[in-house]
Amino acid sequence: MDTFEFIIGKYNYWVYIILMMIGFFAMIAKKNLAKKLVGMNIFQTAIILFFVSTGSKSGATIPIIEHGHGEAAHHAVTVAHYINPLPHVLMLTAIVVMVSTFGVALALLIILYRKYGTLEEDEIFDAIESARQEK
Amino acid sequence: MTSQIPALIIVIPLIASFFNLLMGWWRKGLCYPWVIFALGLCSLASSATLWTVIQTGTIHYRLGNWAPPWGLEYVVDHLNAFVLVIVSFISLIISIYSKKSIEQELPGKTVYFYTIFLLLVTGLLGIVITGDMFNLYVFLEIASLAGYALIALGEDRSALASFEYVIIGTVGACFYLLGVGYLYIVTGSLNMADLTELLPRLYLSKVILVAFSFFIVGVAIKMALFPLHVWLPDAYTYAPSTVSVLVASTMTKVGAYVLIRIMFTVFKPYYPIEIIPLTTILGWVAVAAMMFGCIMAIAQYDLKRIFSYIIVAEVGYIVLGVSVANRMGLTGAILHILNDAFMMACLFFVAGAIMYKTGSRDISHFRNLHRKMPFTMAAFTIAALSVIGIPPTCGFFSKWYLIIGAIDAQQWIFAAALILSSLLSALVFFKIIENVYFEPRVAHAHNGASHEEVAVDEVPVSMLIPIYITVAGILTFGVFSGKIISTIIQFAVPASF
Repeated sequence: MDTFEFIIGKYNYWVYIILMMIGFFAMIAKKNLAKKLVGMNIFQTAIILFFVSTGSKSGATIPIIEHGHGEAAHHAVTVAHYINPLPHVLMLTAIVVMVSTFGVALALLIILYRKYGTLEEDEIFDAIESARQEK
Repeated sequence: MTSQIPALIIVIPLIASFFNLLMGWWRKGLCYPWVIFALGLCSLASSATLWTVIQTGTIHYRLGNWAPPWGLEYVVDHLNAFVLVIVSFISLIISIYSKKSIEQELPGKTVYFYTIFLLLVTGLLGIVITGDMFNLYVFLEIASLAGYALIALGEDRSALASFEYVIIGTVGACFYLLGVGYLYIVTGSLNMADLTELLPRLYLSKVILVAFSFFIVGVAIKMALFPLHVWLPDAYTYAPSTVSVLVASTMTKVGAYVLIRIMFTVFKPYYPIEIIPLTTILGWVAVAAMMFGCIMAIAQYDLKRIFSYIIVAEVGYIVLGVSVANRMGLTGAILHILNDAFMMACLFFVAGAIMYKTGSRDISHFRNLHRKMPFTMAAFTIAALSVIGIPPTCGFFSKWYLIIGAIDAQQWIFAAALILSSLLSALVFFKIIENVYFEPRVAHAHNGASHEEVAVDEVPVSMLIPIYITVAGILTFGVFSGKIISTIIQFAVPASF
């Protein structure tokens, strides 16, 4: 029962680990540079899932106090009723960082494609090697 | 006004970078003086900060006056004030040097080059000054992104090298981010000072161990520690000369700073030393890095590639000083951050100068270069002596402290490895010096006494001055190393050592 609870009860963390490993595998094993880049993106997205999971609570709501302008603002806030917004806000920043990394990497792929006419890693290495021998 | 100086260190290069772009559309020629002006101000601000820290102790600067742990905080103590001054001064010197080299290597791209250059400096300074774990990640990525773009500007293979760096560097940054996430789960805080207080009760938790491992591996990728260095030689070799100088002299050193900060400030020193045997592991990794870096450097013929492998070895020195974890060793490591920044700046300056004049980096084409470029090669020789560790230069003193540290820790193999790698680096540099200064015997016999006349053809003064500033630095830091340690570094070493 405990094992069952460990796997099913925290399924979002398991999904994060699996996604991260898929991304990692693609970065290491794929020969195509574009596929490597997609792997990198999956890897980063897994981290977003991890952070968002850490902030969420079952049965909780968004962290906005209802009728906050009135007298309710002075009432005590029960933490358990609200989702922790901080990891989510951190991920907004992280998403910006990830998008710009992705953009820079795509720009690099365009340069590479213009120069070598291919995005296969071994073909690029062959092209570099033959260019060196011609020298 | 003076209380705002810590924020200005970051704000000046950031704002200057945007204005640089606008100014570049109007007058291209203004970019160069503008960058020097901005980085000059930035160096002044960081020197003033260092002065205040020496006078009054640690500065806490609250951004927007929000109290930590809710608001962001810049914390400047002796260690990061010291690194701030190094980074800002080195980048100022490099900006002076950049003019001719950029005109030759990147014609028509100067405006964009300087914009990204300033962003890179902003990122590096931000990593050093911040007192918040997540903020450090953001600055780390700013610096890395600027670095990827700048490296890709270089010659033929640079785009491929830069792409590999993007993939590996992103893994490093993501590992760091995961570490931040795990720490946040168990402590609910991102502020470094807050974490220092909260963590000790949790030191036996597995979550902390996972977080700490992610931090160390992530930072090791960013600072190119031995088995994770694979991106460095290609990226630094194919980048434009000016970019090589900047990334070589500052980026790995800032990584080393982050390592020291996480191991000894965010975590209390006894965590990596006693609770988990990290320092022992790091020590052996550092020995491997020193040996591997020097041996690989001997095998290369491309000047910048030789220096890149020397950097791998130098990172090994710094990590060795960290891993022996006593006062002498860590003093040596922090002193070596300063020395190595100046030595690498000087070496890559020289490589850039030779590229500028001859268009080649192959050391077998270097014959008679000392007649063609006497001042550059004299500077090179001094920097080389410093890397090897000959007494009047600064390289000797940091190695001295590292060896004393290793002996204090009774790690005889580490001390022997330090000496052996010094000998190996002597071999590396004598190979280059031999190629430059000594003529082959056979040719000499054929032509009798007449050796070919080589006209002096030095690089422009705007390149020579920065080279000689770094040489002056190498010599004066050597002479005044005792003074530097007694005023700054002894306070940067954790008190428990």
